[in-house]
Amino acid sequence: MVNVQSVPSPAIHADERSQEADHPSSLVALFGTDQPLSLDCGIDLAPFQIAYQTYGELNTDRSNAILVCHALTGDQHVANVHPVTGKPGWWETMVGPTRPLDTDSYFIICANVIGGCMGSTGPASTNPATGKLWGLDFPIITIPDMVRAQAMLLDRLGIETLFCVVGGSMGGMQALQWTAAFPKRVFSTLAIACSTRHSAQNIAFHELGRQAVMADPDWHGGRYFEQGTHPHRGLGVARMAAHITYLSDAALHRKFGRRMQDRDLPTFSFDADFQVESYLRYQGSSFVERFDANSYLYLTRAMDYFDIAADHGGVLAQAFRGVQTRFCVVSFTSDWLFPTSESRALVHALNASSARVSFAEIETDRGHDAFLLDVPEFFDISRAFLQSGAKAHGLSRNGSS
Amino acid sequence: MTMQQQVLPLKVVQPDTGHYRGDHLLVAEMVERGSKVLDVGCGDGDLLQLLESRGIDGRGIELSREGVNRCVAKGLAVVQGDADTDLVNYPDDAFDYVILSQTLQATRQPRVVLENLLRIGRRAIVSFPNFGFWRMRLQLLVGGHMPRTENLPATWYDTPNIHFCTIKDFVQLCDEINVKMERAVALDLYGRPLRLSAPWWFWNMFGEQGVFLLSRAEKIK
Repeated sequence: MVNVQSVPSPAIHADERSQEADHPSSLVALFGTDQPLSLDCGIDLAPFQIAYQTYGELNTDRSNAILVCHALTGDQHVANVHPVTGKPGWWETMVGPTRPLDTDSYFIICANVIGGCMGSTGPASTNPATGKLWGLDFPIITIPDMVRAQAMLLDRLGIETLFCVVGGSMGGMQALQWTAAFPKRVFSTLAIACSTRHSAQNIAFHELGRQAVMADPDWHGGRYFEQGTHPHRGLGVARMAAHITYLSDAALHRKFGRRMQDRDLPTFSFDADFQVESYLRYQGSSFVERFDANSYLYLTRAMDYFDIAADHGGVLAQAFRGVQTRFCVVSFTSDWLFPTSESRALVHALNASSARVSFAEIETDRGHDAFLLDVPEFFDISRAFLQSGAKAHGLSRNGSS
Repeated sequence: MTMQQQVLPLKVVQPDTGHYRGDHLLVAEMVERGSKVLDVGCGDGDLLQLLESRGIDGRGIELSREGVNRCVAKGLAVVQGDADTDLVNYPDDAFDYVILSQTLQATRQPRVVLENLLRIGRRAIVSFPNFGFWRMRLQLLVGGHMPRTENLPATWYDTPNIHFCTIKDFVQLCDEINVKMERAVALDLYGRPLRLSAPWWFWNMFGEQGVFLLSRAEKIK
């Protein structure tokens, strides 16, 4: 049973959250004014920082590194207790000893994306030029910008080639962008529940979320931190709408149906009579505790702008021409945010590029969120893809080569 | 064109090859090491595993989701797709060989599929159950019902096989679309090759399946 008992009061972790933006509870790589990040919008961002976590050991050849790219509202805390929420890491089902991303064999890296709010430079960070938070003065960032920043982090860590780049949803977009931008640095790519471009429907949902944030009087044109507020109602509504898109009709029906919340009869009011309402309210308010509203605007925008083919003359196959990377593409039958047809279009382009590609569609009613959940068939496929790749890459059981 | 003119000497299939199927061993033996192969309708990936074990770069397409997922879980590069609709997405000359193993009879447009095989691959290897096999004929002639065998156990109403042909029919199709037959082998019920010197009507009667190595015919100038 999902947690639907109470709707916590918002922003109880506000201090921890704003603390994390500049001083994260994780590793940090600082890049000075001599090492700017060239953004697609034409601005050179410097100085900036990238917050990241690692799990497992890098082997002596530096050949067993896997970069995990997180999704829209994820962060670098893949497999450790989250410093703000106190909850387990977001992908502990996938990353750890004996898990598909086995930390006994691989060196796992995950970095908070640029524009995020968990320690990598973003709108919630302090702008060194003014001493104030960036807010909407922060430049617009793109998925390629996120990948460029991660590449600079890998340079800093002395890792030339990734054994694998893995990601779901926005993380899958980054994984594909990594392979298109740095094909020689990526031995294999595991792209889950994602697409090479954001669809009109997805842009529409993102716009709905952004408008909800900006319509909240507590947003104050993006300078809410100066007013001591946070647009928790707007961001909560944005999260509620988005959360529906991460599930499926069947999953909602199975989990909640039309069941009432702690009552037998309707109250004839706008109280959360139904369990599904209570659940969504909880999702909205718990999200607001850990996420910065402006960061949500920036990251949804980055996904909207994503279109790999557009950067390659409109021909997707051109983006992956001659690529030697091994691909595994995974989609889920009930995912209507990134439906199988999007993955299939990617696979066709990869075939046309003669890339080595595996593609599996997994049957589940759990919607887009399935990649974060316990879906054994998905784990089996991920594990087998990595293990066959490890063999081809000359990695032995414990990651040595 | 008669079949005998196309037949090249067949090496004896190695007996110490464990659990692999006879027709798979024969197909694998037709593929040069180090080449790049696409297996269309690769099922559970048994043939692809055999090919990869011999140093061949194998890829697969499979219609059923269960089959694809089993292949990917074996570490094979297999994608979910349909031979009838998805082969058009592959560029010309993408592979050294394209294999269609026991799948031709399940396609909607066998002729178009065959043409696509030889567009995508420099060579094609096609194996299919021979509907001219004597037991098939006997079941229809004497029993008066649609034939069913150990290898084709489905009833007429639930079979995926919609375009059965005989070895003779297939040879005729190859002639029509100007395909060069580099090698042809008929296998008996136990997966053993029939005598090469046997006349083609004998193959068409006693071959349980046919395996053909095809290439593009030279364009007539």
